[in-house]
Amino acid sequence: MSAEIQLEGLVKSFRGPQGPVAAVRGIDVSIAAGETVALLGPNGAGKSTTIDMMLGLTRPDSGSVSLFGRSPGESVAAGAVGAMLQTGALIRDLSVRELITMVAALYRHPMDVEEVITLAGLEEAAPRRTQKLSGGQTQRVRFAVALVSDPDLLVLDEPTVSMDVEGRRDFWTAMRAYAARGKTVIFATHYLEEADANADRAVLMARGRIVADGPTTEIKARVGSKTIRATLSDVEVAELATLPGVAAAERHGDSVILRCSDSDGAIRALLERHPSARDIEITGAGLEEAFLELTGDESEDAEDGASAGSPR
Amino acid sequence: MSGWIYTRYELLRAFRARRFFIFSLGFPVVLFFVIAGPNRKVHNFDRLGVSLPLYYMVSLASFGTMMAMISSGARIAGERQAGWTRQLRITPLSVRAYFRAKVLTSYAMAITSLVLLYIAGVSLGVSLPAHSWLAMTGLILVGLLPFAALGITLGHLMTVESIGPITGGTVSLLAIVSGTWFPITSGFVHDLGQCLPSYWLVQAGRAAITGHAWGVRGWVVIAAWTVALTALAGLAYRRDTGRV
Repeated sequence: MSAEIQLEGLVKSFRGPQGPVAAVRGIDVSIAAGETVALLGPNGAGKSTTIDMMLGLTRPDSGSVSLFGRSPGESVAAGAVGAMLQTGALIRDLSVRELITMVAALYRHPMDVEEVITLAGLEEAAPRRTQKLSGGQTQRVRFAVALVSDPDLLVLDEPTVSMDVEGRRDFWTAMRAYAARGKTVIFATHYLEEADANADRAVLMARGRIVADGPTTEIKARVGSKTIRATLSDVEVAELATLPGVAAAERHGDSVILRCSDSDGAIRALLERHPSARDIEITGAGLEEAFLELTGDESEDAEDGASAGSPR
Repeated sequence: MSGWIYTRYELLRAFRARRFFIFSLGFPVVLFFVIAGPNRKVHNFDRLGVSLPLYYMVSLASFGTMMAMISSGARIAGERQAGWTRQLRITPLSVRAYFRAKVLTSYAMAITSLVLLYIAGVSLGVSLPAHSWLAMTGLILVGLLPFAALGITLGHLMTVESIGPITGGTVSLLAIVSGTWFPITSGFVHDLGQCLPSYWLVQAGRAAITGHAWGVRGWVVIAAWTVALTALAGLAYRRDTGRV
């Protein structure tokens, strides 16, 4: 597989009230044509800044971006890139169909407007004025605007914000339909489930760096672990550690903590073998905590003088 | 050409923004009738040798068109706030085509304002030979060039909240200093006015009154402001978008 999208050594800081704030601190990613990649990370991880540099909206302090062998600016001029930015409303006083037609006119080889409307699920909203749409509909119009050039690379920055559950499902169905045409899709999200369900690969970002990069199944196993806490005396920790689905066990007084690779299996086995277990609590490690764990060495950050993240 | 379809929809949007449209174009017309209506029989206003309705039709034409041109700034500020300007930057729309659309939309608004005021003037008995109408219109259109650039500059520097007061204040001040409301023929304000493009915009209208078009000074002032404000608009745009 050839790397069609290449981010090399990207670094970007912004001016903050207390000196420069490092938003992105060295990102290297190669993405092949046709891949669907989730850029996964908590708020402030540098996802949007990375996307802005990828699109040529922000100039990196150092490093380079190559999209299909061209600079972001050249790719944009060629109509090869479509994007749904994180923030953005629509301009007023046009119908949805007119707005999409207007944007389509900016490209040399746009998709058929009616086809885009169908793909984005906007048949009903098409004749309506853009200022009279619901939040979910607005997001779908923005999706249509990103799609209309029939881009080889589609970039979506937290696209499902302000969509309801049904809207999200329809949105991802539409996105996958587009990806199935052999297009490259990169989307940012802070929901592990969205990455898991809709991407082949997840790139985990935390505090401006990539902390993991791999198939979503693998990433999910790494950050999706759950913890069972229970009150249970008179049982050896070593015995608990052998329960199916339990990766590690520890004891704090009367309570035990089980870190699980498969929490469903572990809880069944625990209750079957030790019915006296009570006060049971199952918690998923939040993505943010999982990331902090993965980033490990925090002293390194202190040396960088970065203001993100507090020292222990 | 792709840029033209974009321009067409920009125009459509401008004319559909009804409240904005009615207010910025209707205001000068209403003002004209308020001032000139009761005084339509004044045939020799301020001993200038012209009727009062003609004088104020010309004044309000310069005021209304100036307002219409600068109002593009409010539309730009709105688009920036909506994040639309950033969205456009990831399309092949060139900076040149973007500016062209903005300038043409401003001119469309200004010409509409001008036509409405001409109609209002004629309804109160203003009559001019054809060449005077043409000379006046031509000079006003040229004199508006700096204001097209000013609108774009303000649109990229100001926020939606601040642009209303800023443009309103700017236009009001320029109108006073430039002799829109009452003739200023001498003194410091007169000297200051002669260095401003709005003064010559008012003078463009006076071509119909006195038969005298701009002298060299008028052309130089308009050209200088056009160049300076266009450069400023370019700077404001680059600073705003981080585009180099």
